[in-house]
Amino acid sequence: MGVINFEDLFEAKLAKNDMIEPKDWMPENYRKHLIRQISQHAHSEIVGMLPEGNWITRAPSLRAKLVLLAKVQDEGGHGLYLYTAAESLGISRDEMLEALLTGKAKYSSIFNYPTLTWADVGAVGWLVDGAAIMNQVMLQRTSYGPYARAMVRICKEESFHQRQGYELMTHLAFGTPAQKEMAQDALNRWWYPTLMMFGPPDSESPNSENAIKWRIKRETNDQLRQRFVNQTMPQIEYLGLTVPDKNLKWNEAKKGYDFSEPDWVEFKNVIKGNGICNKERLLSRNKSHKEGEWVRAAAMAYAKKQNENYEAA
Amino acid sequence: MTSQEALFNYSLRLGDTSIILAQRLCEWTGHGPFLEEDLALTNIALDIFGRGKALLEYAAKVEGKGRTEDDLAFFRTDREFFNTLITELPNGDYAKTIIRQAMIDCFDLAFYTALANSKDETLAGIAAKSIKEITYHKRHSFSWVNRFGNGTEESFNRLQQGLDEIWAFTGELFEMNETDEILIKEGIAVDLNLLKADWEKEINQLLTKANLVIPETLFMQKGSRKGLHTEHLSYILAEMQSLPRMHPNAKW
Ligand SMILES: [Fe+2]
Ligand SMILES: [Fe+2]
Ligand SMILES: [Fe+2]
Repeated sequence: MGVINFEDLFEAKLAKNDMIEPKDWMPENYRKHLIRQISQHAHSEIVGMLPEGNWITRAPSLRAKLVLLAKVQDEGGHGLYLYTAAESLGISRDEMLEALLTGKAKYSSIFNYPTLTWADVGAVGWLVDGAAIMNQVMLQRTSYGPYARAMVRICKEESFHQRQGYELMTHLAFGTPAQKEMAQDALNRWWYPTLMMFGPPDSESPNSENAIKWRIKRETNDQLRQRFVNQTMPQIEYLGLTVPDKNLKWNEAKKGYDFSEPDWVEFKNVIKGNGICNKERLLSRNKSHKEGEWVRAAAMAYAKKQNENYEAA
Repeated sequence: MTSQEALFNYSLRLGDTSIILAQRLCEWTGHGPFLEEDLALTNIALDIFGRGKALLEYAAKVEGKGRTEDDLAFFRTDREFFNTLITELPNGDYAKTIIRQAMIDCFDLAFYTALANSKDETLAGIAAKSIKEITYHKRHSFSWVNRFGNGTEESFNRLQQGLDEIWAFTGELFEMNETDEILIKEGIAVDLNLLKADWEKEINQLLTKANLVIPETLFMQKGSRKGLHTEHLSYILAEMQSLPRMHPNAKW
C-alpha cells in the first residue's frame, strides 16, 4: 500500500458529495475560506438582531411583540450555531468577536440600513430574510458538515421569519390608509438594499471555481437576484404595493422580470462604512460587550473557585 | 365590588405585572453581557410576555365589555395600571436586573404553584403552565446571584448595590386589598400572607450564600394596588403604547 495522499482523499470526498468533517484533513485555503464565510455569517446574525430589536419595546400588539422577540432570539441562536461551526475549524469565539468589534470583520451590509417605522420590521422579515434564504438554501448541502447542519436548522427558521414578515405586511397593506402608506414606504426603502444582498453583478464578480467545487455556491449573484425578483413580484402584487422601479416589467421571452440595477455606488459606500447605521451598530456591539465584561469576569472567577474547591475536596 | 369586578382587577394586576416586567427584560435583547445570556434572558422575557398576554386576555373576557388584551395593554392610562412597582424599575446593570428577577422568581414560583389550585379554571390553567417556566427562571436568577456574590469584588459590589436599590419594593409583592379578600373567600385568589415566611426564608438563604447584607431600612414602598406608581411607568407606557395610539383604528 502506498502513502495516503490527503489531498486526493479530500478531492474524492468532494466528488462523491460527501461531507468534510472537523477531524478530516482539508487544504488551508478551504479552511480559511470557510472561517471567513461562517464567521461573517455569524456576525450578520448578531448585528442583525439590532435593527429589528429596535422595535421590540414598541411592537403594536402583544402577539406582534411575541413574534418579534422570538425572531430576534432565533437570529441570536443562528449566530451561536455558526460561531460553534466556525470554532470547529480552529478559531476561537474571542478571536471572531475581536474581529467584529474592531471593525476588521465584515457583516451583511443590509443591517447598516435603519428600521424607521414598524413596517420595516415586516419588510426586513419578508425581503431580507427572504433574500438570505435564497442565498443560503444551497448551503444546507455545502461540503463542510458542521456548516451544512447548522444551515438546515437556520434555513427552516428563516423561512418562518419570512412568512411572519409577509404576514405583518399583509396586515398593513390591507389595513388603514396610513398603514398601507407605511408598508409602501418600507418597500420603497428596502427594495434596492435587498437586491444588493446578492452581491455585485456577475460582470464584476468572477465566479470562483473553488466556491462551486466546495459546494459553497451553485448559482451566480445575478441568477439569484433574478430568481428573487421573480418570486417576490407576485407577493408584492397581492399586497397591492409597487416597487420603486419604473423599468420593472415582465419579459415573456425570458419568463422573468426585467428590472433596474441597484445603485452600486451606494452599495460600495455602505460597505466602506458610510451607511447611516454603520457606526451605531458597531458602537452598540462594543458597548454591550464592554458592559458585559465584569459579568463574564465574575462567571469565570466563580467557576475557577468552584474548580479549586472541587480539587481540594 | 362584585366578585366579577374583583376577578377582573386580579387578572389585570397579574397581567400588568407580567407585561411590564417582560417589557423591561426585553430591553436587554441584543444587548446582553454575552450571547448565551442574551438568549436566556430573552427566553425568560418571552415566557413572561406569554403569561401576561393570557392573563390580560382573561381579564378582558371577565370584564365583558368587548375590550381585547391589546386594548387593555395599549389603551389604558398610567393610573389604570396595577403592576407591582418592582417590575417597572429601570434595569440598571446586569446585577440589578438579576437580583430583582431573583426576588420576583422566588415569589412567582410559590404564587403560581398555589394559584394552580385556584377554583377559577382559567387562572389555574395559566398558573399550571407557568410553574415549569418559573422553575427555570428561578434557577437562572438564583445561580447568577450566587455567581455574582461569590465572583469578583466588582460583581459583589454591584449586586449589593442592586439589592439596596430594589429591596424597599419587595414588600409590595405581598400586599392585599379588597380584591384579594373577596377572591380568597371564593377559593380563587392566593392568600399572600401564607407565602411570606417561606419567601423570606429562601431569600435570606440566597442572600447569605451570596454574602449580601439586607438593607437596614424596613420601610417598604407601595402604591401599585391603587394604580400609584413610580415616575418610571409613564415612560414605559409612552414607548410601549405609542404606535397603537398613533393609529387607534388600526389592526396589527
Ligand atoms: Fe442568516
Ligand atoms: Fe438568522
Ligand atoms: Fe431570520
